[in-house]
Amino acid sequence: MASEAEEPNRRDFLVIAGNAFAAVGAAATLWPFVAQMNPDAGAQALASVEIDLSPVKEGQAITAMWRGKPIFIRNRTADEIKTAEAVDPKELPDPEARNDLLPETTPALDTNRVKEGKDNWLILIGICTHLGCIPKGQSMGDSRGDFGGWFCPCHGSHYDTSGRIRKGPAPRNLEVPPYEFVSDTKIKIG
Amino acid sequence: MQHSSSYEPKSSFARWWDDRLPIMRLMHGQFVDFPTPRNLNYLWTFGGILTFCLAAQILTGVVLAMHYQPSGADAFNSVEAIRRDVNYGWLLRNLHAVGASMFFIAVYVHIFRGLYYGSYKAPREVLWIVGVLIFLVMMATAFMGYALPWGQMSFWGVTVITNLFSSLNEIIPGVGTAVVEWLWGGYSVSGTTLNRFFALHYLLPFVLAGLVILHIWALHVAGQNNPTGLDIKTKSDSVPMYPYAVAKDTVGLFAFLILFAWFVFFLPDYLGHADNYTEANPLVTPPHIVPEWYFLPFYAILRAIPSKLGGVIAMFSAIAVLVFVPWLDTSRVRSAKYRPLYKWFFWLLVISSIGLGYLGAKPPEGAYVIWSRIFTFYYFAHFLLVMPILGIIETPKPLPKSISASVLPGGASAPQGAAAAPETR
Repeated sequence: MASEAEEPNRRDFLVIAGNAFAAVGAAATLWPFVAQMNPDAGAQALASVEIDLSPVKEGQAITAMWRGKPIFIRNRTADEIKTAEAVDPKELPDPEARNDLLPETTPALDTNRVKEGKDNWLILIGICTHLGCIPKGQSMGDSRGDFGGWFCPCHGSHYDTSGRIRKGPAPRNLEVPPYEFVSDTKIKIG
Repeated sequence: MQHSSSYEPKSSFARWWDDRLPIMRLMHGQFVDFPTPRNLNYLWTFGGILTFCLAAQILTGVVLAMHYQPSGADAFNSVEAIRRDVNYGWLLRNLHAVGASMFFIAVYVHIFRGLYYGSYKAPREVLWIVGVLIFLVMMATAFMGYALPWGQMSFWGVTVITNLFSSLNEIIPGVGTAVVEWLWGGYSVSGTTLNRFFALHYLLPFVLAGLVILHIWALHVAGQNNPTGLDIKTKSDSVPMYPYAVAKDTVGLFAFLILFAWFVFFLPDYLGHADNYTEANPLVTPPHIVPEWYFLPFYAILRAIPSKLGGVIAMFSAIAVLVFVPWLDTSRVRSAKYRPLYKWFFWLLVISSIGLGYLGAKPPEGAYVIWSRIFTFYYFAHFLLVMPILGIIETPKPLPKSISASVLPGGASAPQGAAAAPETR
């Protein structure tokens, strides 16, 4: 530059402003190419499903599908509820309830993972929080792990009868999806 | 290894062309009369073998893409149709699937050769780093390719590996989930995911081809390393690439092709997993998810760390650490041939890597976990502790005077044999 000005001059301003606009323009152009990979409208359409619980006897479990994910529904026995309730959340690897309907810091008490008065019904997203496998424990012959809930065969995570992680590499408790009882024996997920 | 091409156009058309686009001159200079160390052993044929593998994968891949349907509903059946109905589809598909394994066998030999002979040391650091990038892109390509048959292992392999990114949730809550859903294009792995993996699986080999050109370019600037690790000092240390290195490469390639063909024709599914012949089912996880054999060491490292984020970081670090090897190794001697202590640690690294490969295929429990941790520890210790410390305390063996002196009786004087001939032509 001819003038060798000590202070920023008009040209410096123009160069900086021009480059800034070019950067914004480049980012705006790039964004659609990045965002196109996000879940599209079809996938986002929050399909809710209704599930009839009446055929599920005590001690039995069924698996439903919601948003392409398996939903574990277990009709827990009185024993299972009792052992789940006896656990102090502070001693758990993940002390939070992970219930989509409750605030994030809710403690992982069994009562915070089921609906009041319906505490035999445990409804969970059946995806291991480690690396997304489907844990075993839904069928009668399955291994339910050391804590009587579910056992993920991929990397050895054990979940208890409240779906909380007790042992193994998974970082979080199995997630409780948003759901409600539309009648005494019917739930709506989503 | 700058040298001027001895290319001489043979016809008036060739002269005309050479004045306008001297590509023949370039090729002649780089691949015909390029000086290669006279003492290269068969481990140096793997560069050529790998170039062949990439070309073969692209060729077979392009024709397979003419018959493959990248949709959740049709992918599995279209691969079966390729094997049964498409003319020579069985052959093309076996060449491509086995070819991926062969590609990795060759690349692992190539990497360990580089580690043994110190091929990463100055002035070849950039050459080495481009190589690490090639390895990384190769792994991404192979991973996405394995998704395409859309069997159970495809589906659950994709689920497990894409879920690695959800560990970002442990750093900033929500980011991991956002990244994973962005990769999936949904809330779980689906046909949408398969479709984009197919697009990327077709793209990345061409990125690889570009990186390979950079790799060869960097190689031809520094010149090849050799078993002594010495530089080419005199003309008698080298022989022209054609016919010497080309002939040796061809012998190596054909030996490799025997192995390749043996798998293609007699054991096409041996290196895969039987569960991948069951169509993908999002409700059933196979009892034992294992990646393809070439990812097993890294998978073992992932599982050796009892923390999700920690395991993911360790797994990616296992590759990233290679980038720093040129600066972690403090020894001024390149070749392990002259490093009496390092040699042993090198074999310990080989044993650890193979051990991790074995453990990656085993269930994550009991003694398997303990051994995974021991080998994972050594894998990192090799690069982060052994390489820097050994370079300082080790007394290397005396180096030969020159490349020629190491292979010719009677020392460095140029012989009257074959190697001298090309220079006088």
